[in-house]
Amino acid sequence: MDGWLPIVILLGLGLAFAAGNVLLSQFVGPRSPSPEKAAPYECGMPAVGDARERQSVRFYLVAMIFLLFDIEVAFLYPWAMALRDLRWAGYVQVLVFVLVLFTGYVYIWRKGALDWSSREE
Amino acid sequence: MNPAVIAHLVLIVAIFFALQISAAVLVYFERKIAARIQQRLGPYRVGPHGVLQPLADIVKLMFKEELRPKAADTWLFYLAPILSATAAFAAFAVVPFGSETTLFGLLDQPIRLQVADVNVALLVVFAITSMGVYGIVLAGWSSNSKYSLLGGLRSAAQMISYELSYALALAAVLVLANSLSLREIVEHQAGHWLGVIPKWYVFLTPVGFIVYMIAGVAETNRAPFDFPEAEQELVAGYHTEYSSMSFALFFLAEYVNMVTVSAVAVSLFLGGWFDPFGLTPEWLGWVWFLVKVSALLFFYIWMRWTLPRYRYDQLMAFGWKVLLPVATVNLLAVAGLVVWWG
Repeated sequence: MDGWLPIVILLGLGLAFAAGNVLLSQFVGPRSPSPEKAAPYECGMPAVGDARERQSVRFYLVAMIFLLFDIEVAFLYPWAMALRDLRWAGYVQVLVFVLVLFTGYVYIWRKGALDWSSREE
Repeated sequence: MNPAVIAHLVLIVAIFFALQISAAVLVYFERKIAARIQQRLGPYRVGPHGVLQPLADIVKLMFKEELRPKAADTWLFYLAPILSATAAFAAFAVVPFGSETTLFGLLDQPIRLQVADVNVALLVVFAITSMGVYGIVLAGWSSNSKYSLLGGLRSAAQMISYELSYALALAAVLVLANSLSLREIVEHQAGHWLGVIPKWYVFLTPVGFIVYMIAGVAETNRAPFDFPEAEQELVAGYHTEYSSMSFALFFLAEYVNMVTVSAVAVSLFLGGWFDPFGLTPEWLGWVWFLVKVSALLFFYIWMRWTLPRYRYDQLMAFGWKVLLPVATVNLLAVAGLVVWWG
């Protein structure tokens, strides 16, 4: 038994265990519903408004910067595997690539995209 | 069925239960060590020295009422803990914890002590551990509670920020071993330099190891980076609204993830199942693997009960402004040295 099948089996075991437990607790646990229990938890106060309000734009910014850098990392993996064949030629090329990326990195740093709390606020 | 296939199936089921038991044992030791650090005794009532405490906790949780906020999204609400737990179990699949065994001659051909020896193991680890973030974000979103949503968002931002450094630290090992298979990476670390220093990658790329460990703590949402559930600010973060077994699954996932991150760290940097002195026979390798993983897990627990939680802006600044450049420079330095030495 080789290849991916064992991973799928382990994945299946985990899935069955998790789903089974969630299902099981529906049956063995007690049931005594009340409107207070069905309300979202807000430290004992009556819930105000909806949870899905506008959130800080910084979360979005982090996601976008992450995408850019993650592509860089995805690009570096095959290079790392082939490094022994590419030798200095490949190394210098990646150095240039990282340098280009570095200018972008300096730009977003200077723009304050990496600062979570800005002092102006 | 041929005996090798049966042995392999037994091995898979054994690993599955071992992971669950390891989570229970880890919870027990975490509480005991925390108690000792705070000059308490810790759990002591259930069984000798309280060893049955995790079992009692699971039984208790199972018989608790399953609560779900009325405004919550039913399907996603139950999908989230299932996703978290499943991803946590599956990530261990590619970690080798010993060389080959014939079970003392019971089998004709040896089986490998590993669920699956795929040639892109590192990518599998990377892919499956990244899946964990979905469970947390879905939990935060579907609960429709302010604390949950904020906890989920924070967690997502934290995990993707540290994933970059994590991946770059892995790439440094990739350059050294020239292989993506964890088994091959471990086998590259056999033997000693000058007869005394084991050929572990931690000595070749110590910076990579440190970056990996820090990013690993952030990826598993453990203290001092446990912002998704920062109690003082967010009650319990993304799992505020969860109770009963769906809460237990998040808990389980956290501990299984810790075991996996430590096991991968041992395979990548600490020579896997090889013993540092070269004295014990090879079939006892899994004992060394356990010892090394336990040491790293102790380090995790020790850190949680020693260091205070960071501030969120400090965490993001550290991840982006310190860890990422350090990991990049480390990768380039290691690659340069590898090309230099051939």
